[in-house]
Amino acid sequence: MSTTVTTTTGSWKGGRSPFNVEYGKLMMWYFLMSDAFTFGAFLIAYGTTRFATNGWPNPNEVFRSYPLGGSTHAPLVFVSIMTFILIISSVTMVLAVHEGHNMNRKGVAKYLVLTIIGGLAFLSCQAWEWTHLHSEGAWWGSNPFPNADGTISTTNFTNFFFTITGFHGFHVFSGVVINIIMLIMVLKGTFDRRGHYLMVEKAGLYWHFVDLVWVFVFTCFYLV
Amino acid sequence: MDHTLESLEAEQHVGGGKKEIWRVTIILSVLTLVELALGFSMMDMPSDSLAKHFIKGVIIILMLAKAVYIVGFFMHLKHEVRNLIMTVCVPLFLFVWFIIAFLTDGNSFKNDKNKWDRNHEERSKEPMPKQDESTHKLE
Repeated sequence: MSTTVTTTTGSWKGGRSPFNVEYGKLMMWYFLMSDAFTFGAFLIAYGTTRFATNGWPNPNEVFRSYPLGGSTHAPLVFVSIMTFILIISSVTMVLAVHEGHNMNRKGVAKYLVLTIIGGLAFLSCQAWEWTHLHSEGAWWGSNPFPNADGTISTTNFTNFFFTITGFHGFHVFSGVVINIIMLIMVLKGTFDRRGHYLMVEKAGLYWHFVDLVWVFVFTCFYLV
Repeated sequence: MDHTLESLEAEQHVGGGKKEIWRVTIILSVLTLVELALGFSMMDMPSDSLAKHFIKGVIIILMLAKAVYIVGFFMHLKHEVRNLIMTVCVPLFLFVWFIIAFLTDGNSFKNDKNKWDRNHEERSKEPMPKQDESTHKLE
């Protein structure tokens, strides 16, 4: 096959994809790019507002709790756990795609199950965090946390936090649903009949993107 | 022949396989741990100190490094053809302009508002009133 020739001048001459990927995967990349702009717009709006505001709450004072921890002061602890859960679930997703290359149905199913568990664990963590913050009086339009220097804060802090982590959480949720659909199709043997596991790869791209966005959300809200 | 199976054929022979997956996993974990260590180290610094801004800059660079590893290896982009890499990455450079333009704009908005609306600046220096439990409840 001549497909090992990739970036020669001939790649635009027609007859095959100049991107050397299947149509659906290319479209997934373009979708993720547009989604990156959506998240980017949110995060830039957040940054702009933060730069335009006198003072801002200290994330280490706001995000300092973990389940069953009572009122202990433990900044960054819970969110680090969430971050690692998402990284690990990303790894299991790569392994699922890898097993798909080897046409190993059982392997794909195993790693997809682990990925789904990771996604659900992350969502549970986020649900707990939202519930906890809500019980402290934080919600859209309500911010009980003073600025780092003790001055009056604006509700922009909570508005952006809940909007952006909520939008990300919704992506995680849809990622879990997509992965469950993939798992069902794997177990039914759909991809074995089709002869390839490209669909799992596309779901994997989406899942990694969710992890990628969390890298940015984690840094922008909890660390910086 | 449709290019679905062709590209599958081509993709199977690129990338480092499982070894590469574990290598990237370790790199991502280490970068995250370094980020967290930096986060802890700057906790007690005054919020406007130069050292704190420097650490924040380092954290953002580490964040971008993590993004490169996730997109490049987990999403496999590094092993795709150049055409695809370019079509995905080049538009993202718009963010360079977005970030510079919008953050500068936000900053100048703050400075102008503090300069021309003294009342705004005075108000933002008032301490936050202590909230009792009843105000925590949301209607």
